[in-house]
Amino acid sequence: MIPMNSGASTRKVLEVEGLQIVARIAGHDYIAIDNISFSVAQGRARGLVGESGSGKSLTLRAIMGLLPANVRVTSGAIKFQGQDLLAEGGKYRKSVLGTGISMVFQEPSVALNPVMKIGKQITDSLMQHSDLNRKQARERAIDLMDQVGIREANKRVDDFPFQLSGGMKQRVMIAAALACGPELILCDEPTTALDVTIQAQIIELFKKLRSELKVSLLYVTHDIGVVAELCDAISVMYSGRIVEQADDISKVFSHPHHPYTKALLSAIPRIDGPIQRLKGLDNTGPSLTQRSQELAPPMTNVEPGWQIAPFEFADLDDLWSASSHE
Amino acid sequence: MSTSVSLRPHVMSRIREFRVNNFRLYLGIFIIFVVIAMAALASHLTKFDPISQDLLSTLQDVTAKHFLGTDNLGRDVWSRLLYGGRTDLFLASIAVLAPFVIGTVIGAICGYFSGWVDTLVMRIADVVVAFPFYVLVISLVFILGNGVGSIFIAISLVSWVAYARIVRAETMIVRSKEFIEAAQTGGISNQKIITLHVLPNVITQAIVYAMSDIVLNIGVIVTLSYFGLGIVPPTPDWGRMIAEGQQFLAGGYYALTILPALAVVITSLGLSFIGDGLAVALRVKR
Repeated sequence: MIPMNSGASTRKVLEVEGLQIVARIAGHDYIAIDNISFSVAQGRARGLVGESGSGKSLTLRAIMGLLPANVRVTSGAIKFQGQDLLAEGGKYRKSVLGTGISMVFQEPSVALNPVMKIGKQITDSLMQHSDLNRKQARERAIDLMDQVGIREANKRVDDFPFQLSGGMKQRVMIAAALACGPELILCDEPTTALDVTIQAQIIELFKKLRSELKVSLLYVTHDIGVVAELCDAISVMYSGRIVEQADDISKVFSHPHHPYTKALLSAIPRIDGPIQRLKGLDNTGPSLTQRSQELAPPMTNVEPGWQIAPFEFADLDDLWSASSHE
Repeated sequence: MSTSVSLRPHVMSRIREFRVNNFRLYLGIFIIFVVIAMAALASHLTKFDPISQDLLSTLQDVTAKHFLGTDNLGRDVWSRLLYGGRTDLFLASIAVLAPFVIGTVIGAICGYFSGWVDTLVMRIADVVVAFPFYVLVISLVFILGNGVGSIFIAISLVSWVAYARIVRAETMIVRSKEFIEAAQTGGISNQKIITLHVLPNVITQAIVYAMSDIVLNIGVIVTLSYFGLGIVPPTPDWGRMIAEGQQFLAGGYYALTILPALAVVITSLGLSFIGDGLAVALRVKR
């Protein structure tokens, strides 16, 4: 975690309030996510964790306006700097994409255009939003590449994506996301497709960018370890709901309240402490079409800035594998 | 420095591999180069006017003066082949441009936006495709009247459909790629996404098809002229030559028909080779 002078600035860059998203599958509407509320404060990073299908990527796509045709936001608000991104058919969102909010994707190898030089891709959105000429844009691309740690940037700037390794491509993606100096970067599992060592480098890079540029992050991942490294707030999602979230990540890590959070944390292997059998989650969440269609009950406060969803132990019995297998 | 040295064998083998795999491309380029050179330099390769008649020396065999002989009106066959090639190649290449541009733009827009415009345009395309290509072109030329202009219009009206369909299909594939989403999250306008991100990724297929389309165009032009619907005599052209030579086949004057037919076949073969070769060479690296 990066030490922050807490309380200096609590201005919220992003606020998601009561977001509900419905997917239409074979003529039926299914509630994909419900009652999602969280915020990202300026200069802070929130980790959005959960297993596959928990709705974390869907939340991210809703913010960016990248929902598939059969999926729609049915209620709730997504505010960037206090203004609703969904208002007027996403007109406001259009004006802040790239300049205010940008995104880093999971697979750098498919998120870069294979037939465009990386330098051009980095400044693509910059060229859209400013009147830089080609030469200036090229200079800026080289600067940005230096900033994200690509060596010999002035030579690399004319490379095509296939000439770069996965880690380098992800650095290019990050450089492109930084190009217009956004306040908020959404990260959709940006290290999942990378080797562990490269993962560590990219996380270091994000840390550096956070402290240097004061950029806010919304970091979606299933890797709770990455969140522990990088983020100061956490929201844990399960089956389309937030089950536990806190503005101070250390509280959740030391005293998780919700059984699902407990289960997630106990599934992380530790290198300190006594050697013991690793607990795992037996089952993944129910698939979208088999989920309960009841609306999510309101969350309760453990203390200010720390909420959990109400739960019954019976619901969660099948999550635990524990020692029952032995 | 050391990297450039160690890279060299790799680069050389890549080039060699490219050459071996692309024998057809080079062969095609060679054939078409020769054909185009012959058409372009026609006035240097023969001293005879392809139109001027010499009724005293009709239907001659190979002679010292006319080394491919003369036709029924005493016109030099070699000269008519050269100038005929000029007419056909020029028209075929020009006639490929308009459908290429129109079809590619329409295809990219339809594939990118989908929706009702796409549905409408593709149903129109279906209607065009429902008719056999030659039937449609021949009837259009019949309506519009003979001549270069109407051939051009008829071909454009019919063959944009193929480009539109190819490019649309490719665009729909590219559109679902994450880099298009990435561009959208960068706030880049749709127009720019289509021109900068979509088209460079889909144009290859259209270019490859354009090569076989020229072949098709040559076929159409020659066929139309053969039926007397195309290029107006006395302008020399291969189709007309085949048609005119045909009446003397029974008399044993095979060359009058076979030579222009051979010219059509060789040219088409060369263009097909180029098309195949380009398909390999332009494949997008990922």
